[in-house]
Amino acid sequence: MQALLHAIVEPGFFADGAVQIAATLGGVVAVVAGLIGVFTVIRSQAFAGHALSDIGSAGGSSAYLAGVAPLWGFVGISVLAAAAMEQIGVQRARGRDVATGIVLGVGFALASLFLYLGMTYHNSSGEIPTILFGSVFTLSAANLPLVIGLGAVALLTTLTLYRPLLLASVSPELAAARGVHVRVVGAAYLFALAITVALCDLTIGAILSTALLVGPAAAALRLTDRPHRAALLAAGISLACTWLGLLLAWDSFYWPPLRHGWPVSFFIVTLVLAAYLAAGALARGQTKRG
Amino acid sequence: MFSGFMVNAWIVASLAAVVGGAVGFFVVMRGASFVAHAIPNGSFAGAAGAALVGASTLAGLGVFSVGGALGIGLLGRRSRRDVATALTLVFMLGLGALFLSFSAENSEAAYSLLFGEVLGISSNEIGPTLVLSALGLLMLGLLWRPLLLDSVLPGRAPGRRTLAIELAFLLLVAITTTMTVPVVGTTLIFTLMIAPAASARALTARPGLALLLSAAIALMTVWGAIALSYTTNWPVGFFVGSLGACAYALSRVAHWSSGG
Amino acid sequence: MELAQPPTAPLSDGGAATTDRVLQLAGVTVDLGGRRILDDVSFSLRAGELTGLIGSNGAGKTTLLRVILGLLAPTRGAVTVAGPDPRHSVGYVPQKFMLDPDLPVRARDLVALGIDGHHLGVARPSRERRERVTRMLDAVGAGRFADTRVGRLSGGEQQRVLIAHALISHPRLLLLDEPLANLDLRSAREAVDLLARIAREQRIAVMISAHEMNALLPVMDRVVYLAEGRAACGPADEVVRADVLSRLYGHRVEVIRAGERVLVVAGEGDDAEPSHPHHHDSEER
Ligand SMILES: Nc1ncnc2c1ncn2[C@@H]1O[C@H](COP(=O)(O)OP(=O)(O)OP(=O)(O)O)[C@@H](O)[C@H]1O
Ligand SMILES: [Mg+2]
Repeated sequence: MQALLHAIVEPGFFADGAVQIAATLGGVVAVVAGLIGVFTVIRSQAFAGHALSDIGSAGGSSAYLAGVAPLWGFVGISVLAAAAMEQIGVQRARGRDVATGIVLGVGFALASLFLYLGMTYHNSSGEIPTILFGSVFTLSAANLPLVIGLGAVALLTTLTLYRPLLLASVSPELAAARGVHVRVVGAAYLFALAITVALCDLTIGAILSTALLVGPAAAALRLTDRPHRAALLAAGISLACTWLGLLLAWDSFYWPPLRHGWPVSFFIVTLVLAAYLAAGALARGQTKRG
Repeated sequence: MFSGFMVNAWIVASLAAVVGGAVGFFVVMRGASFVAHAIPNGSFAGAAGAALVGASTLAGLGVFSVGGALGIGLLGRRSRRDVATALTLVFMLGLGALFLSFSAENSEAAYSLLFGEVLGISSNEIGPTLVLSALGLLMLGLLWRPLLLDSVLPGRAPGRRTLAIELAFLLLVAITTTMTVPVVGTTLIFTLMIAPAASARALTARPGLALLLSAAIALMTVWGAIALSYTTNWPVGFFVGSLGACAYALSRVAHWSSGG
Repeated sequence: MELAQPPTAPLSDGGAATTDRVLQLAGVTVDLGGRRILDDVSFSLRAGELTGLIGSNGAGKTTLLRVILGLLAPTRGAVTVAGPDPRHSVGYVPQKFMLDPDLPVRARDLVALGIDGHHLGVARPSRERRERVTRMLDAVGAGRFADTRVGRLSGGEQQRVLIAHALISHPRLLLLDEPLANLDLRSAREAVDLLARIAREQRIAVMISAHEMNALLPVMDRVVYLAEGRAACGPADEVVRADVLSRLYGHRVEVIRAGERVLVVAGEGDDAEPSHPHHHDSEER
């Protein structure tokens, strides 16, 4: 039994400082992303969320170039991009799609330029994989208060807007008839989304940012038909995937082929996808029985 | 600018632009920008995997973009399409991260995959590109009417037929991806598919004309980008992205001033 | 009755006390996209009455309701909703309603949002609140699907849930945009009876828009008839008359009564376009 436990949880996992920080930061971010993600999925804004995270990488790289702390680059550019999307036209579903695409294209164009300039003048190509793929294990504890603070801002915004946002997500017209300022609520939510995504970008990378925003929420929405339960369930799934992913990544230090560890993002993404598929199977089983 | 290996770049890039612009017409019609972004971006993993096992980059890109297309199409049957797209994309990117960590791939190579490297195009890429573009245009010609109908009135055809049309469309995006990655890189292909088509749609209401216009704008965007990149040495992707956005902005201005 | 154009024939006002007036429109004019959609529309609604807002496609019914809701500012004229909190004393059931089948919102959640959906923060769940929602759903005959996702309900079922959503905040005025369009004859009959009962029992002014008035005729206290941007208002048998409607349309129309049903058709000998939109009632069978 002891041996089996040791095989699953390599000794030292819980004692390691880097792991503790990673588990705390990753945990906070996972919970925030899971909760906020429910509205992202309900409002069909998965593309916007993903685009914001990709554009964040442009912010990260430009911040790096300018010598500012990457977090502010991430947050600043994400909020800016969210504003641009809101401006170009988020009202119509199809217009939103193209608006998001165009803004994302500009973001990428800038990212490519900044990375190029960074490589040419700073000779710093090592940053690219970190910016694109993130790495929880390289974070320092100094980031913790800031990450928790920004996460709290995003959560509070969404929680404050909970009822009008839900109503506006069901039907903008119904919400407007009740005196809800649908555009203001939408913009405020996009702002919270931008902050969340920037946080995710910095701590766990652009890939995981989308994965944790969309996957757990979509899985939860298949399992429950109550909005607040979906939010809590999504946070739970997101947290479980993140911690399990960290554990597996830690274990993988002894795995072939290179024995220097598999990337965390691979594990978390795979777990998220598995959770989504399992939720689908479970929901189908329920409807067949019920 | 037109000598030696640059000739290869011009040929491959022009073919990619024409097919990308044409396919982009349907991308915009179907509101599938996310798909057009996800398939190329995810196919990055294919290139990384190919480098790992020593296969050709083109083959890796092809396998992963078709795989991504199938994943989106099949996952999307039972769920929201944007969720299916996002999950397929992140899973492919996760694989890419894994492959990268296995190989000793340096980040210069990763960079040129992500943002394009015109100078790296060799003459033996012309053959596959020609075949792929012919295939893409043939498919477009054959599927023109059903695709157009399904894009305007989605979900009217019986279930299985709708899935077939959707898969054919995704396959078109995959083909475009495979042939365009070497030129503009995985991250900016979707600009090539969205910006020209969105511009064209603002300029004309006739579908056939919009498709031709879209291909033409894409061609000009790519030519301009290569020429500028050649003279400044800045990445092609940067110019594709910014020229695309400019074309879109101009078309909107034209649309407004004509009172639309 | 209030007629938009100077009335030539004086019609009775029903003699209700002005204190009962829930809504008053005075000279409301709306221009959209350079076109005059509503032209000097005036009428008022009283508590406990059911009013039909009748007009063919594009007559401006939805536009008029949006003006009353305050979603659209009129170019000219005034809308007065009686009561201390006008915004929240109007319930509304929109015309187009398309919902995602997997939206995680049950019928009961949507009705609960009717209580306080515009408030910030999360609602505190309570037994009372839950029972209030259940009672409301039962009252509109939607108790059976209280725990089903709204997106999975049929059009008619969704309609009932939406009526519950609108009613639960005790509005003084309930506006429904084409609530009968998606219903079969029997369901339409049931819905109309339900709405009439709600109007009487809860002393609410109910306004139902429709392009076809026959389903409403048995219960309708008054009618607001829209045509050519103008409105005629009054009891059905005073408004749905050849002379009044001819004046409204600006050319001759005939009102044909066949048993219980009423038909408005283009008048004989009138050379104005025969395909004018007011032949709307003729195909409703
Ligand atoms: N935002 C707008 N801009 C310009 N014209 C508009 C706008 N909204 C409505 N209209 C026009 O106003 C007219 C009235 O529209 P409205 O939706 O009120 O009609 P309706 O009576 O509700 O019709 P239906 O029975 O088809 O629902 C229509 O001709 C419509 O084209
Ligand atoms: Mg209407």
